[in-house]
Amino acid sequence: MFELIDWSRAQFALTAMYHWIFVSLTLGLGFICAIMETIYLRKGKDPKWKSATKFWMKLFAINFAVGVATGIILEFQFGTNWSNYSYFVGDIFGAPLAIEGMFAFFMESTFVAVMYFGWDKVSDRFHLTATWLTAFGVVLSAIWILIANAWMQYPVGMEFNLQTARSEMVDFFALVFSEVAIVKFWHSIMTGSLTAAVFVTGISAWFLLKRRDVDFANKSIKVASIVGIIASIAVAYTGDKSAVQVASHQPVKFAAFEAIYEGAESADLTLFGFLNSDKTLHNDEEVFNGEWKVESLLSFLAFHDMGSFVPGFEDLVYGNEERGIMGADEKMERGQFAIEQVRRYNQAVKSNDLETKNEIIGLFDRSTEEGMAFHDEYFSYFGYGYLTSPDEIIPPIGLVFYSFRVMVGLGLYFIFMFIAVLWLQYKNILGKYKVVHYILIISIPFVYISSQAGWIVSEVGRQPWTVQDLLPVSASLSSINSVNVITTFFIFATLFTILLIAELKIMFKQIKIGPQED
Amino acid sequence: MEIYSLLQHYWWFIISLLTGILVFMLFVQGGQTLIYSIGKEQPERDRILGALGHKWEITFTTLVTFGGAFFASFPLFYSTSFGGAFYVWMLILLVFVIQAVGYEFRKKPSNLLGERTYDFFLFLNGFLGTLLLGCAVGTMFTGGEFVVNRNNIVNTVGQNVISVWQNPLLGLEALFDYRNVALGLAVFFLSRVLAIHYFFNSVSTKKIRAKAKRPLLISSIGFVVSFLTFLISILFSSGVTYDPLLETFLREDFKYFINMLELPIVSSLLIVGVVAVLYAIFIGLTKRSDNAIWFSGAGTIVTVTMLLLLAGYNNTAYYPSLSDINSSLTISNSSSSEFTLTVMSCVSLIIPVVIWYIWYAWKKMGRYNNKSSDQSNYKK
Repeated sequence: MFELIDWSRAQFALTAMYHWIFVSLTLGLGFICAIMETIYLRKGKDPKWKSATKFWMKLFAINFAVGVATGIILEFQFGTNWSNYSYFVGDIFGAPLAIEGMFAFFMESTFVAVMYFGWDKVSDRFHLTATWLTAFGVVLSAIWILIANAWMQYPVGMEFNLQTARSEMVDFFALVFSEVAIVKFWHSIMTGSLTAAVFVTGISAWFLLKRRDVDFANKSIKVASIVGIIASIAVAYTGDKSAVQVASHQPVKFAAFEAIYEGAESADLTLFGFLNSDKTLHNDEEVFNGEWKVESLLSFLAFHDMGSFVPGFEDLVYGNEERGIMGADEKMERGQFAIEQVRRYNQAVKSNDLETKNEIIGLFDRSTEEGMAFHDEYFSYFGYGYLTSPDEIIPPIGLVFYSFRVMVGLGLYFIFMFIAVLWLQYKNILGKYKVVHYILIISIPFVYISSQAGWIVSEVGRQPWTVQDLLPVSASLSSINSVNVITTFFIFATLFTILLIAELKIMFKQIKIGPQED
Repeated sequence: MEIYSLLQHYWWFIISLLTGILVFMLFVQGGQTLIYSIGKEQPERDRILGALGHKWEITFTTLVTFGGAFFASFPLFYSTSFGGAFYVWMLILLVFVIQAVGYEFRKKPSNLLGERTYDFFLFLNGFLGTLLLGCAVGTMFTGGEFVVNRNNIVNTVGQNVISVWQNPLLGLEALFDYRNVALGLAVFFLSRVLAIHYFFNSVSTKKIRAKAKRPLLISSIGFVVSFLTFLISILFSSGVTYDPLLETFLREDFKYFINMLELPIVSSLLIVGVVAVLYAIFIGLTKRSDNAIWFSGAGTIVTVTMLLLLAGYNNTAYYPSLSDINSSLTISNSSSSEFTLTVMSCVSLIIPVVIWYIWYAWKKMGRYNNKSSDQSNYKK
């Protein structure tokens, strides 16, 4: 039976997934448009490059509008559906969001109008600047939300304030330049660039298949394939970095990537496997009904050391003394102790018990040795205090496991795809092979599937946390009846689906019309 | 004044200013409500929507920034109001979503729903967007039914939500307070007045000017009546005061009137703003002046900014709780930490640069004004 928490999560997931469909494309397509317009001007205003630029700009604008529309709901949903979360982390999370508005949204919304409407109204140079600024604005708008998201996965630069009962920012640069934020940013931006490259290549392949606007298609593929090869390699590189970080900072999520129940040294990498649905933490069933493994590779990928120990759910839930891994049950006790101190503080304030109040203030003061020790040994597990059972820390394994494989598998496929496209282009035979055109067209949905799978891995994988180890989703909600969220869920689901269909119809039509010279 | 308090006042000023700019930018929404009057015929409709289509994203962005800035500077308001007055905010979001696609899709072939549907989306956004935003701002004076208890966060079982809304209508009850409705209507009519002034300045043709006469008169009267109803009712209403010495909240009669007397600069500027809007209405009605938008625009920004300063300054609860007076939100008990406000204040220094480039881009685009219509860009 779905409860408020499930509906709230479903609504957020729905909005985020729809939002990402449109945003991932605009992240990269803006730059492809800017590169094409630059070539247009450099090639002495070659009208063919101009019509190519304008064609892709048109598709950019269609996506941009829906991206903007779905984005606003995401922002406000933090408040409407996750009221406690907004309060608990507003001091930290709100800042990047506000900065995003000031820095990025105004930039993109101002210059996208110039880019789209300004061809005959402003100078060539100003128009080109506006196109580049739109592309940068789109990227800037991603930076801040990704910093905020990275902080939720790896909370740094903060302290808990007893008086206000919330987390507060104490080091802005730790937040902005957190290792997780940097990797997440590049991984997402490169994913967007890859999406745009596959999109442009696929649609151009359709023109080649139909043997119309061939010059336009070749020009577009030329730009997109270079963007695509760089982006696909960068996605793999940053993905590897990200996995290493997850192994260190979110070991339960990492165990879910690989469905590891028992930790091991020189752990094997499961290239693919069929999960046994009967397997739980509490029985001895086999994890897989069939799998294909590579020996010791997982240890290497996780810690860049073939012999390293990779913990499994059993180590993480019940603890592994030998390996120095604290179990979730122990963490729950420590979290409850930390929460109890906040409760004692509140009572002490109420009863004006100065001694207790000062004692607890001392515990939460990280500038002292005692405070630091309390932070590391107790407060770090604050969120565990809300859990009712240690195995709650395990996210939905099947969804994360399969999504991870879809993401990685397709990511590798795109590297090979772009190598092949570049080679065929180099040999000047890309136009010859219909089968290649079909493959490139079919690859468009694949790139969306892979990037959505990536977000599933990232966000479902960190369940049950909204803020890793500090705040579980169950303590982040608004105090509203689930029927209200069900109502808005279906309203938005219907609306978004209609908008998606409308958008696809419009795009197909625009593609059919093709590029048009002035 | 302590630095922390100064920062809290600074950020309340920024929020007030953003609200002022947002209400001004709602001329886009106002213009959308005129598509069945001024824009009854297709060429006029395309022309006015073409002109508004250059600006809708800035309105949208201002709304997003308003939300983000509120989240960052006063997170307790964000979690209380958004998490409690759920339906009001959801409705506002919904009508803004359909606006975004309305502009982009209406003229595109194969747009699934047809141009008339997207035009209706724009009308709906114009009408409900302004009305609901006005009502939501009204609750900053009239209050909401909520209880805030920070200690709830330590409840590992049972109620652990800090801000709990008490009315099952989840914010829709605000529509039953005539003062909120009066402000909602005032924003709605003002947005139409601003839109017509904007048309006079940038897309005016003889036909549009002639067709604008009646809606301008009706909207001007509607604005003056509803705004005065709101203003007078608020000045005679009680408000919630926080006494920092006794650390208690108390309900005070004529609170906002007292604020006007105790904040002479704010009240003077409020009067200047109102006079500027009234002057713009006058020259708009009598001369259909191209310059009316400058007075109504500046007047709107100043008036709304000062109104919100009256709601938040002078130890006033800017979000009074009707359920538990001690849960009322003030700029001191609901703000972010000093560190966060300091960081954000440094970042806010970029705002003049943002305003400069928006102005510069618009100026460049405006060299070839909208009188020549941009609808060609919307087609196919």
